[in-house]
Amino acid sequence: MIAWSPEMADKLIQASYFLAAVLFIIGLKQMSSPVTARRGIVWAGIGMLVATLITFSWPDMHNYPLMLVAIGIGGAAAWISGKKVAMTDMPQMIALYNGMGGGAAAAIAAVELLGGEQHEISIITLAVLGALIGSVSFSGSLIAFGKLQGLIRKPLRFKGQQVVNVLILLSAAIAGGMIVTGHTAGIEIVIVFFSLALLLGLTMTLPIGGADMPVVISLYNALTGLAVAFEGFVLQNAAMIIAGTVVGSAGTLLTQLMAKAMNRSLANVLFSDFGDADIAGDGVDIQGSMKPIESTDAGVMMAFADKVIIIPGYGMAVAQAQHKVWELTQLLLERKVQVKFAIHPVAGRMPGHMNVLLAEAGVPYDLIRDLDEINAEFETADVALVIGANDVVNPAAHSDPASPIYGMPILKAEKAKNIIVIKRGQGKGFSGIENLLFFLDHTRMLYGDGQAATAELIQAVKTF
Amino acid sequence: MIDGFIALYIFMLAAFTGYEIIGKVPVILHTPLMSGSNFVHGIVLVGAMVAMGRADTTLEIVIGFIGVFLGAGNAAGGYVVTERMLEMFKSSRESK
Repeated sequence: MIAWSPEMADKLIQASYFLAAVLFIIGLKQMSSPVTARRGIVWAGIGMLVATLITFSWPDMHNYPLMLVAIGIGGAAAWISGKKVAMTDMPQMIALYNGMGGGAAAAIAAVELLGGEQHEISIITLAVLGALIGSVSFSGSLIAFGKLQGLIRKPLRFKGQQVVNVLILLSAAIAGGMIVTGHTAGIEIVIVFFSLALLLGLTMTLPIGGADMPVVISLYNALTGLAVAFEGFVLQNAAMIIAGTVVGSAGTLLTQLMAKAMNRSLANVLFSDFGDADIAGDGVDIQGSMKPIESTDAGVMMAFADKVIIIPGYGMAVAQAQHKVWELTQLLLERKVQVKFAIHPVAGRMPGHMNVLLAEAGVPYDLIRDLDEINAEFETADVALVIGANDVVNPAAHSDPASPIYGMPILKAEKAKNIIVIKRGQGKGFSGIENLLFFLDHTRMLYGDGQAATAELIQAVKTF
Repeated sequence: MIDGFIALYIFMLAAFTGYEIIGKVPVILHTPLMSGSNFVHGIVLVGAMVAMGRADTTLEIVIGFIGVFLGAGNAAGGYVVTERMLEMFKSSRESK
């Protein structure tokens, strides 16, 4: 081996981190177009690999065996779980992995704060800020994971909750301030600070309804990015600063886009009681009743229609019905029925969730329309087929100012000549709001599991 | 050393870069892109390794170990999930 001077090692490390930062940005850029998206993640992956490997040559490090064990366990567990998880459950896995990133940022801060090293006051401030944000993202993401995984069913709410949250935040800020000023920076105050920060993540996330989780996960994603950037300043690590900041700003914009798609502000998502079954539906006079239909009758309607618009929702994902839906679509297309898919920006648990599933089934892009493109077309559609979607087609968003979803843009399925809704039962949707669409005169309910009901429809269409 | 105004410049330019990248993204790529950016902040692993590598007391080593474990999970899980999602886009394009 050639003689290895610390200067050479440092140069090589810096060059590798620079390369990683460039690869991350190129990768993300490529991921923003369907043509290059797959290449993008590979480039970013190479960047990560290079940065991780070169870090082993960092000067004056020890604890290598334990470090390898930690990388082995954490990496393998996440790799295997990520490979195994069903497409439907992707959103909560993103929440989980994101939470882990936040936790790692908080852990870095803890080691730096507990370590005897003397830092400048600005560095300690950034460490404390990153620790606060990272801890909130960690515990908050775990709650988001629990909610989407069905481990936590009810939003937890009580009177004066926001006051409590503000008090926790203030206490955490005071504890953080004491660490920064350094007069009492003992281990006790560090423990108190982290406990308060973790608690804040819990109490902030618990009251938010499951329907809002996509926005919340996106927000925590941005927060983790910011926490990573702050800890990057503490460690003087340019790759962490750049990657963290890029994710922080991109994630913030993405969160805004998602909140906007629901016609709500971020503050409204975080601090309102949306998605609460208790307040939903109050004061709504429901006219009519839900009218069931047999799959054969529904099949006739679609087989002899000129134009069918399919509106998929989370129910389709749960039932794994996307392949059957595409099969049905192909049958209808062969019969010269015009078929289009209408995707609401927040259908499913994440923006683009439905697109991913339909792409998996092989539905070509040119059949898929988003909200602005398709809404004018419902009037000319003979059948609007709603599969497992609920709030995104609820006309109460237009007609009932008392409804929690009032003002949210919806797919105007009610304008179609006939509406067929595939639904497991008569219950309310994920957000717990009664759907006026289901009670309209020209709406028929096809009860059953999304996949089974679609299979029945396929059989029915085939017989004609 | 990265400090003072150099740090601020890096921060500002990186922030604009992130904003630009996502500004023109079609809705269909929002989920994969969120997942992709989730992977990118897995770079926290590198920092956790350095923090653990410099840790001396048992407590520091334990916290460092947790940090490296979590960071590795973020990076590995983020990559797998993003890759699987984007894989589907590829197949749907080719079948067209």
